[in-house]
Amino acid sequence: MYRKVYVDVLIRHEKNGKITPLALTWENGEVYEIDRVTQICKAASLKAGGAGLRFTCRIRNRETYLFLEDDKWFVEGKS
Amino acid sequence: MERIVLHVDCNKFYASVECLHRPEIRNLPVIVGGDESLRHGIVLTKNEIAARYSIKTGEAIWQARQKCPNLVVVPPNYPLYMRFSNLAREIYCDYTDLVEPYGLDECWLDVTGSGIFGSGREIAELIRRRVKKELGITVSIGVSYNKVFAKLGSDYKKPDAVTVIGKDNFKDLLWPLPVREMFFVGRATEKKLNSCGIRTIGDMANCSREYMKLILGKHGEMLHAFTNGYDNDPVKHMDDMRIIKSIGNSSTAPRDLKTENDVKVLMYVLAESVGRRMREQGFRCKTVGISLRDNELCSFVRQMKLPAYTASTGEIGAVAMTLFKENYNLKRQKPLRSLGLACSDFEHEAGAVQLDLFGDAQKRLKAERLDAAVDGLQARFGSESVRRGVLLTDRALSGFEPGGSFTPFKRSF
Repeated sequence: MYRKVYVDVLIRHEKNGKITPLALTWENGEVYEIDRVTQICKAASLKAGGAGLRFTCRIRNRETYLFLEDDKWFVEGKS
Repeated sequence: MERIVLHVDCNKFYASVECLHRPEIRNLPVIVGGDESLRHGIVLTKNEIAARYSIKTGEAIWQARQKCPNLVVVPPNYPLYMRFSNLAREIYCDYTDLVEPYGLDECWLDVTGSGIFGSGREIAELIRRRVKKELGITVSIGVSYNKVFAKLGSDYKKPDAVTVIGKDNFKDLLWPLPVREMFFVGRATEKKLNSCGIRTIGDMANCSREYMKLILGKHGEMLHAFTNGYDNDPVKHMDDMRIIKSIGNSSTAPRDLKTENDVKVLMYVLAESVGRRMREQGFRCKTVGISLRDNELCSFVRQMKLPAYTASTGEIGAVAMTLFKENYNLKRQKPLRSLGLACSDFEHEAGAVQLDLFGDAQKRLKAERLDAAVDGLQARFGSESVRRGVLLTDRALSGFEPGGSFTPFKRSF
């Protein structure tokens, strides 16, 4: 089962309006740097329950989805 | 040139959105229902699993529970549904600017000029897949050459499906359906048609136009045309939808209304809200209508024209009460469950006012200035700051904001 985990995200806002997430802070306070964003698209998260802009991120050599739903960020956490 | 019209219907919209957001209830029978303690306890939508228990939209939640004891009842979350509705419309707008919403969960799209994206069926498939991926809900889409058939097409196969109804196959697909499947045929019309031996959509189409007119009047002619595919009503442009034609509110009372004063209290709450919204838009109205529903859920509407345009809460309330007294007798008829009030036939307040010999118009202007002053006070100090005397006679009935639109948000100066 999965759950919806809202996270703090460090974002770089560029002058042309582009946004790039740089790092996220997990519930326990651990900071995960985002090495690369490989894809950005609109998508729903059936696992966590939500929909928004989906950033496919490489974090510590693993692929993770990071969602921007309105103005909050969440990831699909295992429970 | 033949038009290509799509009708997109989000399947079980409220329930689908709720199930998307709560994975834990996705495999259970779920309904979205109102608050039972406020007597708003009816089924608004159900998911596919609840539908298998033959739970119907509009029935009471306790009835639904009898059919399915482990039913999950979720309260409605309208801001969330609005968000999803807008997100879906954003997708539709990628293909055409002719998008006409019909409620939160349905839209007509005219894609005649959108050939760059493919044929009608191809665009429908694109939209179906995109909504599923991006929003996590399913839609069923009807593709046809007019709005009525497109709507029937979206009902034909659901969920998550595309049905194409063309000039070649509409007789095979639609004509065998019972009349009640037809757009604009409700309970009363169905009964009338059945009593004349007209049972299917095809029967309606094959009657002569004159015969249909004889049974149902103007409405019959329209149905005859629609069932034969002669509907040429255009899909409206996005921006044309903003024209406001009427402003209304309705509310189910926390308890049955048994006396005239009960009705008066609720009617003035509605009049306050409708009047204020009308003044916000800068409108005056010339027609006031009320809708009444008794505790056995029978409802009807009545309306009347005013001698002159008005935006005054007092006058709207008084007219509504006159209408009520002329058309309903609480002593002989059943107690009322819900009331509605709507104003229509607008003119803009910047227009000239027709004065009259006996000074009624001036009184009316004075009343409007008073209303404007009250609006200002309420906006600044909250809606509780100034109230009509009648609303204080029963706070249980008057203690709500219709539609919740008027937040007691206090502006600071």
